[in-house]
Amino acid sequence: MATAAKKAPAKSRSDKQSNLSAPKPADFTKEDELSAYRHMLLIRRFEEKAGQLYGMGFIGGFCHLYIGQEAVVTGMKMALIEGDQMITAYRDHGHMLAMDLSPRGVMAELTGRRGGLSKGKGGSMHMFSKEKHFYGGHGIVGAQVSLGTGLAFANRYRDNKNVSLTYFGDGAANQGQVYESFNMASLWKLPVIYIIENNRYAMGTSVSRSSAETDFSHRGASFKIPGIQVDGMDVRAVKSAADLATEWCRAGNGPLILEMQTYRYRGHSMSDPAKYRSKEEVQKMRSEHDPIEQVRARLLDKKWASEDELKAIDKEVRDIVADAAEFAQHDAEPDPSELWTDIVL
Amino acid sequence: MPIEILMPALSPTMEEGNLSKWLKNEGDKVVAGDVIAEIETDKATMEVEAVDEGTLAKIVVPAGTEGVKVNAVIAVLAVDGEDVDKAGEGIGEEAPAKAEAAPAPAPAAAKSEAAAPVAAAPKTEVAADPDIPAGTELVSTTVREALRDAMAEEMRRDGDVFVMGEEVAEYQGAYKITQGLLQEFGPRRVVDTPITEHGFAGVGVGAAMAGLKPIVEFMTFNFAMQAIDQIINSAAKTLYMSGGQMGAPIVFRGPNGAAARVAAQHSQCYAAWYSHIPGLKVVMPYTAADAKGLLKAAIRDPNPVIFLENEILYGQSFDVPKLDDFVLPIGKARIHKKGKDVTIVSFGIGMTYAVKAEAELRGMGIDAEIIDLRSIRPLDFDTIIASVKKTNRLVVVEEGFPQSSVGDHIANQVSQRAFDFLDAPVITIAGKDVPMPYAANLEKLALPNVGEVVEAVKAVTYRG
Repeated sequence: MATAAKKAPAKSRSDKQSNLSAPKPADFTKEDELSAYRHMLLIRRFEEKAGQLYGMGFIGGFCHLYIGQEAVVTGMKMALIEGDQMITAYRDHGHMLAMDLSPRGVMAELTGRRGGLSKGKGGSMHMFSKEKHFYGGHGIVGAQVSLGTGLAFANRYRDNKNVSLTYFGDGAANQGQVYESFNMASLWKLPVIYIIENNRYAMGTSVSRSSAETDFSHRGASFKIPGIQVDGMDVRAVKSAADLATEWCRAGNGPLILEMQTYRYRGHSMSDPAKYRSKEEVQKMRSEHDPIEQVRARLLDKKWASEDELKAIDKEVRDIVADAAEFAQHDAEPDPSELWTDIVL
Repeated sequence: MPIEILMPALSPTMEEGNLSKWLKNEGDKVVAGDVIAEIETDKATMEVEAVDEGTLAKIVVPAGTEGVKVNAVIAVLAVDGEDVDKAGEGIGEEAPAKAEAAPAPAPAAAKSEAAAPVAAAPKTEVAADPDIPAGTELVSTTVREALRDAMAEEMRRDGDVFVMGEEVAEYQGAYKITQGLLQEFGPRRVVDTPITEHGFAGVGVGAAMAGLKPIVEFMTFNFAMQAIDQIINSAAKTLYMSGGQMGAPIVFRGPNGAAARVAAQHSQCYAAWYSHIPGLKVVMPYTAADAKGLLKAAIRDPNPVIFLENEILYGQSFDVPKLDDFVLPIGKARIHKKGKDVTIVSFGIGMTYAVKAEAELRGMGIDAEIIDLRSIRPLDFDTIIASVKKTNRLVVVEEGFPQSSVGDHIANQVSQRAFDFLDAPVITIAGKDVPMPYAANLEKLALPNVGEVVEAVKAVTYRG
């Protein structure tokens, strides 16, 4: 993968609004590395377990796994302050775990149980937490972009310093309402970071087959929204871009686009055999760019952690996931009376 | 404890598949994420990844086996410290039988086809209209002014209320409903949007999810079709999908239905469309007093409310009680005129036909009761049923299309809940089943008319 850090900065296409070049990857302390490692590992193990529970019939319907993209939400979360909001589409389990939603609550929602975050009524694609400022979990491709812009509108209306992190994929980037939202966000200088998770495939359609402009950092050009291409497999690169973007928004400069160049290892959903790409391509990403392995290698290399210490983290994470899975398999289904609740207040 | 690796399902409907290939051998070490096998169904081939770390102790189902049931044990993994040779003992020999007998781990309810009784929807009580103190001054007010006053009063009352839409601010509203609001509340709270319905409806819903109380004006509800995904999928469903955590306190308002000579794309009633959706409230007032009291209620309501106005009614004047805070209940019909011979139910501009027909019928000695629904969802069946039990006859009038109309739904409910009280079939009058034509004569033919209402009433009262 051509990473933004190694590539020449994207060239400006407009006299007035230059695209920004990616900042240097952040210098991580030992604590930063360990924290990123633990958070990404939690997402990875959680998703593997979700895949397994799906295979066993505990999880129904659609289930979109985030494996491979862990560095994006983990690095972004490291730049947030209390009150910053996050919203995304349906590949959302990683975002929820990054926003500290309870693994038990997420897993039990996947299995459709009463202890799920939405009492079992939302499922994999629809979970929310007002307390943690997580606004879903949306199943309609692109709809969350207008909604996330609305969250930023509320920040501006209240004149607080919060920022809306609005995630969408390379596929959603071709939806019309994305550009309607770009226009309003730029016009009204709304504090929103549009994070385009470019994992190269919109379900089975590669970026080059669906997009006339495949450099997504330029997608804001008509609206004077600058963009940055970021190596979304390197959590340090994500963190430094997140710092830049949050500062940009908090300073009142309006929206910013971060194109995260990333990759999903699994199919689009559980039932996607991913025949549209080669095994070699997937294997190359996994062996050369894995976001977790990168951190692990640095930790060992710098002697910031021993194999045993990393194993202990692994065990701790596995225990959290096992506990969540155990809970999600044995928690009761929602009471039938829940059919009629939460329709209107 | 050795870990059993089970045959995974690729989809909720898969029951069995073929184990085409093993990519690891007995004795191989595996870590989480390693591809260990390939399975296939008639639709797809998928890789099976290890979830746990350990040594592949035993392959129970050999490569090439067809028809392996989901959740059958296909291999055994010895975890650290376990004896690889012993881990697989006793597993596999009777595995196929075990797989057959294994209870489906999916919740039993999912497969149950027993006709368990489904609890009925709880009944929601709606408060009656507030008492208007004797001696309250009644002020003749246009519907336009009433709507503006309602918004202004609520914006004074609550700083989280704002209005957004095309031409709502500097232009003072395409139909002048927001006249003066920019001057009083400023551009922060009276927001001109670009022509971008889908986008600004979504921005409004997002702001509402964050706790603000937006009033989103559509220049006409015809344009809201661009935004209907955000209205239904985002605004109406979020409360349910979040298990009650997060809703959207938002009002979508604007002129609805046919105006005059604007043809098919600008002349459509959305009452029946939005009334179909659980999670929405739908209001369609006729009088200025109802417009004011219900818009104030809609703005305070914690749910998404569709507020359907009508361009032709904007300039009509009605008495509005002069009260500091006149709020009406959503979901309560209003008996516009009491009568005993027949019930005419209508709403919005449909009321204009009902009211004129009633006057004609009075001349014929027929005493009609007119019910103005005001709210389409929730729909006040109690008031309709009580009236039908008295008059035994029902005619419903609306401008929308006839198929799956509001009137159809009312006729269905009345036949189920008051069949024995009916002395004649319910007649539903609606717009004709055609796109709205432009030509003046055709447009007139496409809409309901007073004569149709009179004839329907004569038919149900057998006064042919």
